[in-house]
Amino acid sequence: MLDISKIRKQFPILSRKVNGQDLVYFDNGATTQKPQAVIDSESNYYQNENSNVHRGVHFLSGLATDKFEETRNTIQAFIGAKHSHEIIFTKGTTDSINLVANGFRTLFKKGDEIIITELEHHSNIVPWQMCCEQSEATLKVIPLLDNGELDMNEFNNLLSESTKLVAVSHISNALGTINDIEEIIEKSHKIGAKVLIDGAQAASHVSINMQELNADFYCFSSHKMFGPTGVGVLYGKEEILNELSPYQGGGEMIKEVSFSGTTYAELPHKFEAGTPNIAGVIAFKSAIDFITNLGVETIAKYEDELLQYVTSEILKIEGVKIYGTAKNKSAILSFNIEGLHPYDIGMIVDKMGIAIRTGHHCAQPIMEKFNIPGTARISLAIYNTKEEIDLCINAIKKAKLMLS
Amino acid sequence: MSTIQEIQKEIIEDFAMFDDWIQKYEYLIDLGKELSPIDEKYKTEDNLIRGCQSRVWLHAEHTDGKIIYTADSDAIMSKGIVAILINVLSGQAPSEIATAKLDFINKIGLKEQLSPTRANGLVSMIKQMKLYALAFNN
Repeated sequence: MLDISKIRKQFPILSRKVNGQDLVYFDNGATTQKPQAVIDSESNYYQNENSNVHRGVHFLSGLATDKFEETRNTIQAFIGAKHSHEIIFTKGTTDSINLVANGFRTLFKKGDEIIITELEHHSNIVPWQMCCEQSEATLKVIPLLDNGELDMNEFNNLLSESTKLVAVSHISNALGTINDIEEIIEKSHKIGAKVLIDGAQAASHVSINMQELNADFYCFSSHKMFGPTGVGVLYGKEEILNELSPYQGGGEMIKEVSFSGTTYAELPHKFEAGTPNIAGVIAFKSAIDFITNLGVETIAKYEDELLQYVTSEILKIEGVKIYGTAKNKSAILSFNIEGLHPYDIGMIVDKMGIAIRTGHHCAQPIMEKFNIPGTARISLAIYNTKEEIDLCINAIKKAKLMLS
Repeated sequence: MSTIQEIQKEIIEDFAMFDDWIQKYEYLIDLGKELSPIDEKYKTEDNLIRGCQSRVWLHAEHTDGKIIYTADSDAIMSKGIVAILINVLSGQAPSEIATAKLDFINKIGLKEQLSPTRANGLVSMIKQMKLYALAFNN
């Protein structure tokens, strides 16, 4: 039996007040809160283990390196990757996508096509626009259906021998749609295109296995899965990562440096120039352990229960329109109330201690499709409760009353 | 016509009567609703104030040595905020506006009452109004 009050106790921030009210944190799509174990792990590193990794011969350097690599191995197991060197540490999902897009700039050419979708976060749009600018490849976009699902017929039409890469999010941050990435990967591979999955919203909410999924790249961020900010992961298949040129030059990523030429280190170090966020990477392991101990399936089941509840409750408010009603949806609820601006709603519920996100959620093309300035978004996590949803719904009703 | 200082003083006195944020917000909402409409032809891309999280249009006209501001927003709270600024600055001389010290904002707790992004919008609104004043002053 899942004991949510016990889980909540692991998150110190959840007991704080905001504007004199108990905090209700419903902005988990932006970043999740951190359990004590993660906070302790980060602090313990600086108190007892701080040293640079992969460099020194001394005791502390060895210790820091071991713990750093332990996280890599933990992630390898967590996402079912074949090799630990297929796990590249980055600053976050955005950094991971940029690393890949940068690597393909020299490999793509005029006439090649990259396919993205209308529901991508800007960080899975702009790097590909930049990649196209330099490589002269063309960007194609899979449109959205009105319910927030991808138009898979249109995807089939867009796929061709010119398609070199398909970049798509696993879960939409603005609409909650869980995309059918299995089908996208299978079809793309059939015509020889590579596939990158932006898993920022997915990694702690649905179970993922790289060898079963067969994605070529999968990107996610620690901070959206209870870990520290400034740490992300790029998973990439060994043979493809070997083909890509390094993203940044510097220490750690080299084999030999001379002025007649430099040779690069093996994976994963080839893509990890400079001193990484060691404390963050080490503490990230505690976050993965937190997820693994609960079980991703358990988390997903509970979050879905919350999503069903919040959806049915919010629809009782007159004038509410939900954006994103896909059959397969994660615990993200985007909505507007007729005649009200989402910012006004967000500002007023904030006064009642409730943290929701308002705006375009860094996904302006979606807002354009629905012809709205933005939405209010509730995004849930394992530590949220139905009681909190009740508080939020009441706050929204109060906001509506004040604004009408 | 009252001076900028006098109007600020009145606003500070008005806000002192409110006990909590709800009353302050309701007052802002009312101000937003009462704001005289802007001529639709001025709701252009060029007149959008950058830095606001909602869309805020601001138009300024220079007549008889005074600047008349009109504005609109798709969010009512932003409209209320811009309405307060218009109450303070509209109808004043460019030189007065350009050098005005708007200390009422801190005194009525507007900045702390408003979320950081909204406060940024407030700063952008003031900046834009002062830019018009500088332009008309030259």
